[in-house]
This record gives sequence, C-alpha cells and structure tokens, in this order.
Amino acid sequence: MAQINTTNNPDTPLEYQSETGRLNIFGFWIFLGAEVALFATLFAAYFALKDGTAGGPLPIDVFDLNNTIIMTLILLISSFTSGLAIHEMRRNNVKSMIVWLVITLIFGLAFLYMEIEEFIHLVNEGANLGTNAYWSSFYLLTGTHGLHVTFGICWIVLIITQVLRRGLTPETAKKVFVSSLYWHFLDFVWIFVFTGVYLLGMVG
Amino acid sequence: MIDFIKENLILNDPLIVGANVSILLTLIAIVFVLTYFKKWKWLWTEWVTTVDHKKIGIMYIISALLMLFRGGVDALLMRAQLTVPNNDFLSPQHYNEIFTTHGTIMILFMAMPFLLGLMNFVVPLQIGARDVAYPYLNNLSFWSFFFGAILFNVSFVFGGSPDAGWTNYAPLAIEGSPGPGINYYLLGLQVSGIGTLLTGINFIVTIIKMRAPGMKLLRMPMFSWTTLITSFIIVFAFPILTVTLALMTFDRLFGTHFFTLTDGGNPMLWSNLFWLWGHPEVYIVVLPAFGIFSEVIATFAKKTLFGYKSMIISLVVISFLSFLVWVHHFFTMGGSAAINNVFSITTMAIAIPTGIKIFNWLGTLYKSRIQFTTAMLWALGFIPTFVIGGVTGVMLGMAAADFQYHNNYFLVAHFHYTLIAGVVFACFAGFVYWYPKMFGHKLDERLGKLSFWFFAIGFNVCFLPQFLLGFAGMPRRVYTYVPEDGWTALNVVSTIGAIGMGIGFLILVYNIHYSIRNAKKETTGDAWNGRTLEWATTTAIPPHYNFADVPEIKGIDAFWQMKQENEEKKKKTITYRPIHMPNNASTPFVMSALFFVAGFGLVFELWWLAVIGGIGIIACLLIRSIRSHKEDEGYYVTVEELKKMEQPFHKEA
Repeated sequence: MAQINTTNNPDTPLEYQSETGRLNIFGFWIFLGAEVALFATLFAAYFALKDGTAGGPLPIDVFDLNNTIIMTLILLISSFTSGLAIHEMRRNNVKSMIVWLVITLIFGLAFLYMEIEEFIHLVNEGANLGTNAYWSSFYLLTGTHGLHVTFGICWIVLIITQVLRRGLTPETAKKVFVSSLYWHFLDFVWIFVFTGVYLLGMVG
Repeated sequence: MIDFIKENLILNDPLIVGANVSILLTLIAIVFVLTYFKKWKWLWTEWVTTVDHKKIGIMYIISALLMLFRGGVDALLMRAQLTVPNNDFLSPQHYNEIFTTHGTIMILFMAMPFLLGLMNFVVPLQIGARDVAYPYLNNLSFWSFFFGAILFNVSFVFGGSPDAGWTNYAPLAIEGSPGPGINYYLLGLQVSGIGTLLTGINFIVTIIKMRAPGMKLLRMPMFSWTTLITSFIIVFAFPILTVTLALMTFDRLFGTHFFTLTDGGNPMLWSNLFWLWGHPEVYIVVLPAFGIFSEVIATFAKKTLFGYKSMIISLVVISFLSFLVWVHHFFTMGGSAAINNVFSITTMAIAIPTGIKIFNWLGTLYKSRIQFTTAMLWALGFIPTFVIGGVTGVMLGMAAADFQYHNNYFLVAHFHYTLIAGVVFACFAGFVYWYPKMFGHKLDERLGKLSFWFFAIGFNVCFLPQFLLGFAGMPRRVYTYVPEDGWTALNVVSTIGAIGMGIGFLILVYNIHYSIRNAKKETTGDAWNGRTLEWATTTAIPPHYNFADVPEIKGIDAFWQMKQENEEKKKKTITYRPIHMPNNASTPFVMSALFFVAGFGLVFELWWLAVIGGIGIIACLLIRSIRSHKEDEGYYVTVEELKKMEQPFHKEA
C-alpha cells in the first residue's frame, strides 16, 4: 500500500506529490492500455463486418459528414480546454481550473447531444441496432465511445464537487489529472472513429 | 415469482437433484456453524473486507480448490459415461453441459484463481512490498471473480448449464441454444473478467513501482517475473474477451447480428475473437506455472536458476508470440494455405523459447544435489510430461497434419498434457511449497508424495491412451460410441487413470486435514532453506505488514545471499519505523454482489433486476469516489506493536 508521505520538492506537480498519486497515475496509464485493446477489438469487429450492409441503408447514404466534422471539432476543442484546466491546476489556480473544466463538460455535452441526434436520425432512416451486421457493429463501436463520454462527464462533475468541497489537495489534484488523461484518450479514440467509420464510410 | 422458480429449478435429473440437496445442506451447515460459533463478525472483518494480499491469496486458493472439485466431478462423470460403448449414464444434453462446464470451470475458475492466489500471496513478499499497489482493487478483484464463478455455477441447478463447449462457438451458442445456459456463460465470465483485468493492472504497478531497495528488474525472482509478463498479457488480452462476450450478449439479448447466420453476421468472427483472447489465456495460466517450477527447482536443487536472463527473454518472446497464433485453433476454417502457413510457423516458433526454458531447468538440475520433496516431485514430474504436451503441440501446429487431428482425442490429450502437467502440477507444487508460509506448518511429506504418485501415474494412464484414441479416429465431444468402433479398451484404461487422479486429489485434500492436526509448527520463516525474499520474514506466517525492515537487495537469490553474509557478521540492530497500512474495504463485496444481481437479471432477461443491479453498481462507484480520500488514509502500525510482533526474531538473535 502506498505511503502518504509527500516529497518536499516544490517543483513536483501536486498530483505527483503523494505516493498514492504516483501509483494511481501510473496504473491509469496501464488501464488506458487495456482500453486501447478494448476499442481495437471493437474496430476489428467493425471492419470485419463492414460489408454486412444487406437489408438496411448504406452508410454513404445516411451519414452527414458536416455534422460529424462539427462533432469532431467540438471534441478536439474540449480536449484542449481540458489541457488548459490542468495548466491552471499546475499554477494552483482553482477557480480558472474549474472554469475550464466546466467548459470542457459543456463541449462534452454538446458532443453527446449531437451524437444522440445523429442516432435518432439514423434510426429514422431505418438503420437500427438489429438491422444488419454493419449497423450492429456501428452502434456498438460509437455507442461504447459515447458511453465512455457520458461516464467521463459524470465523473468530472463528481470530481469538481470534490475540489469545491476539499480544495486542491494532492488527492483531488490526482483525480483531476487522471480524469483529464481519460478525456484526452476519448478524443484519441474518436479520431479513429471519425477516420475509420465516417471518412471511410463516405468513400464507400 | 414462484412460477419463475418452478420453471427453472431443475428437478427432473436425479444427479442434479442430489447436487441441489447437498448444496442446500452445505449452506445450512455453514450458516449454522458460523452462527453457533459466533463467527459472522470475524468472517466479515478478517476475510470478506480484508485488503491483505496474503488473505486474498488464500481465499483465491480455497475457491480454486472447490472449483477443482466441481470440475473434477464433471470430468469423472464424463469418463464414467465413456467407459463402455452405448452407455446411457448421461443423456446427450447432459453430456454437452458437463464438458462445457468442465472446460470453462477448469480454465477460468480453477487454474486462473489458483495461480492468482499464489501470485497474490507470494509476489509482494518476494519483492519486499508492503502489499499490492491497490489493495482496495485487489479485494474487488477477488469478489468479482468469486461472484462471477457463482453466477456461472448456479446455472446447473437453476435454468440449465451452457452446452456449446467452453469455446462457445457461434452459431451453436446463438441460434442453437435457446435456454439461459449460454447467458450464464457470457455474464459469469464477464463479471469475473473484470476482476482479472484489475488484478493484471494491480500487479504491473506493484512490480514496477514497489520493489525493495536494490531489487533491480534483473534481480527479481523468476515467479515475480512471470507474474509481471502474465499481467501484461492479461491487460491486453482480457479486454478482447470483454468485448467478445458483450457482442454475443447483444446478439442473444438485443437482436444484433455479430455472430449470427443471418443479416451479415459472421460466426467465424466469434472463433477469431475468442481465440485472440483464448490463446494468450493459455499463456496467462502457463507462464506463472513456469515461474513456480523455476522457484521450486532452484530451491531444491540448491542452485541459482540456470540461464536467468534467457529465461526472461524467452518469457517475453512467448508472451509476444501468444498473440500471433490464434488461427491454429481452426486451421480447418477454410482460410488460404498462405494464412495457415503463417500461423503454422508462429505456432511452431513458440517451441523455441519454451525449449530454452526446459533446458534451463535441466541445466539447473545438472550436477546438483536434488532434494526430493513433494514440491520438487511435482516439478520433476512436470518436465517430461510437459515435453510430451509440447511436442504433440508442434504436431498439431503443422497445418496440413492438423486436418487429421482436428477435434479428435489427440487434441484432447495434447492440451491436457500441457494444462495438467503444466498448470495443475504447478499449482500443487506451489501450494505445497508455499503452504508453510501461509499456515505456519508443512504439509505431510509422506501423504504428499502418495498424492503425487497417484495423480501423476493416474494422469498418464488417463491421457496417454487418448492420443491413441485420436489416431483411431475418436472425435471429441461425443457422448457415446458403438462397440464396432474398437475404442472400448483404451477408454476403459483412460477411466481407470481418471480414478487414480481423483484419488490423488482426495489424498491432497486429506493431507491438509491431517497436517493441521499432526504437523509440527514452523519456528522460522525459512521452511525449505529458501533463496528468495518471501522466506526472509521473521515469523513463519508473515505479519500483516510483511517486513518491519525491508532489506537491501544485492542480487538474484537475495535471501540466500543474506544468509551467507550473516554467517560471518552478526545482525545489525534494526531501528523500526511506523508502517503505513491500508484500511479494510466493504464496498467491493457489495459491488460484486450487485454485479451478480445485474448479471442474473440479464441471464433471465429480467430487466428490472438488471437495472436495480446496475444502479447499485453506480452507487458503489459513487460512494468509493466520495470516500476514497478517507479510505485511502489507512493507519499506522506503531513501533511498539512492531517490536512486539518481531519478538521471536529477537529471541533467536
């Protein structure tokens, strides 16, 4: 088990000051490695079933690329604002950190809203979860990503309340930092979704 | 509600009714004993909520032994059915269910937890750590494994067992199996998989970040090395299983088309994804086994492990190759010759690092004074038997020849030679070897050796004939055959061997009972004249904080070196410092129980129950997040307590 003893070097970022913090951040990187494997499997299933489009609309006919580009930009910007929040945290600037976190959340919610809108649009076009193999794998892949974003939003809200209650300690700083790693990772996965699913889907 | 229970409780099979009754009686007996001796609180505070890696390890091992019993009974039932032709001891459906549960339980609920238990108990001691990196998660790992295992095991008395083989191939598992059985498989494995993944992360961080001062990676004991590499395989392989199971769950419950025959689904995708996890899984269980043998052989040959670095290199190579061979499980899929060639070559390539390991063990034994303890017998028995398993593996790896061996008893014999001689022998070796560290006394050597001979001879008598049965064309997973097939004699021999293995197991369990009453207590922490750090604890059973003073590590075989040096100079006085310890945790147990509830709800498509379980799980996550700063605070073992606990050591000095 981790010791709580803090190193006294003032240059060490807050989240790395406690032993627990160091261990948790390192462990979270490993966890993200597992997440890579998880999404890789979903991508593998998606690409293996890409041609199973019989009996439903073709992706090229129902995808709205403009919509998806906006979604991508929103998520990319949210990753940037999340980085700004960490920057402010490093400067021990709690207020601006929370402001940037809230902005990140708003972008995240906007992304989710657009994704749900898109799903509703697709369902109206006749592309359901059970339509065919292509749409099953499409929904599972984008849905898993969307679920991760939803989870991330709830998680960051929870962390903000903890920072408000207890201030910026090595413990809360660690949580903010880890959640931002998670948020960047979702952005990273989305880039592959955007390229692999939407851009390639438009090519047909 | 009553209708639901009536519909699903299995009462038409005398075997299962018998099991029902015995489960009920055992439960009543357990509740009665706990209440009578007022042990509920003890059970809760000392075991259920514990975050001590040693206790969690012991709980893993006890569960694994129970599962070994269950899986073993399955095996004996199968052997009983196959002994004579045209037997109707088991119905075809029942036989399907039994070989499915036998395979699943033995791999996922016996071999894995047994090894995870040994890892949990040994690795932190071996590297001189206080505990694992995340004690809270460790408790969660155990309980999610445990409830996953229960969810899977409930199937045979309630609703019917899965019946599509442990590989659960589509489309049989989707269109071909309408009952709740396959759902049990999917969700039981899903729940226990969470625990395994967390354990993998936990051990990577523990081993990389928490080693004793001076213990460089290249001074680490071999069992810790295998644990590290295994953990990496777990982290990259188990998410594949998670997704694969989830996709089939969606196919069965929500009408998606991943592995279906219709609407663009592809049943072979299941086979590919399953073995993308499944083959690394084989190495997840066999690499720690190699680690155990390395420790046991080095200890009882009284030599440093031969070729330490080549051992590590071959470990890494095996772990890498394990992800590149999955197609060899279905060469007959209809892939092109080029594809089969590639996977044939990668498969045979695994024999090279494995061969290096075999020669390293032989090199360690060469010109050493071997001490024939029970643990060493298991290790020595392993080498030749495992070689048979390995060589037949290379035979199966040749794609052209595999078309002959595919799905017959040659294959069955092959993987039992690797998994029993490799993994089960290792579990027993490790169990006997580290037993004095867990309970403060040795297992009886005479009974131990008896159990070894029964089990090892029984094993060969059971499975050698199966190679021949394979050559004679007997397919696996058939519930009976006719006399004209000419397989009767060999099947009779095989069953006799299986009985021998059963007796061996019973002796092993009886040995625990016998040794508790008769063995004399260990007085030092060093039961076997060991070489690695776990034997350096001051008392026979390590105190909950492991080491009051973590020694400086100067090489491989750290403890051996310390002993050599100590003969010359007297022990220096130790100044104790307070030790920080983690708090017990109760949410993981509750959360895992809720996983069980949610899983059970999904099995029977009782959505309200699944939702309740899901909300409960989220609530547990929430509670943990809010309370983590308090829970992680822990407490300190004071210097006075330390001095008191370390007393036996002072007396000796």
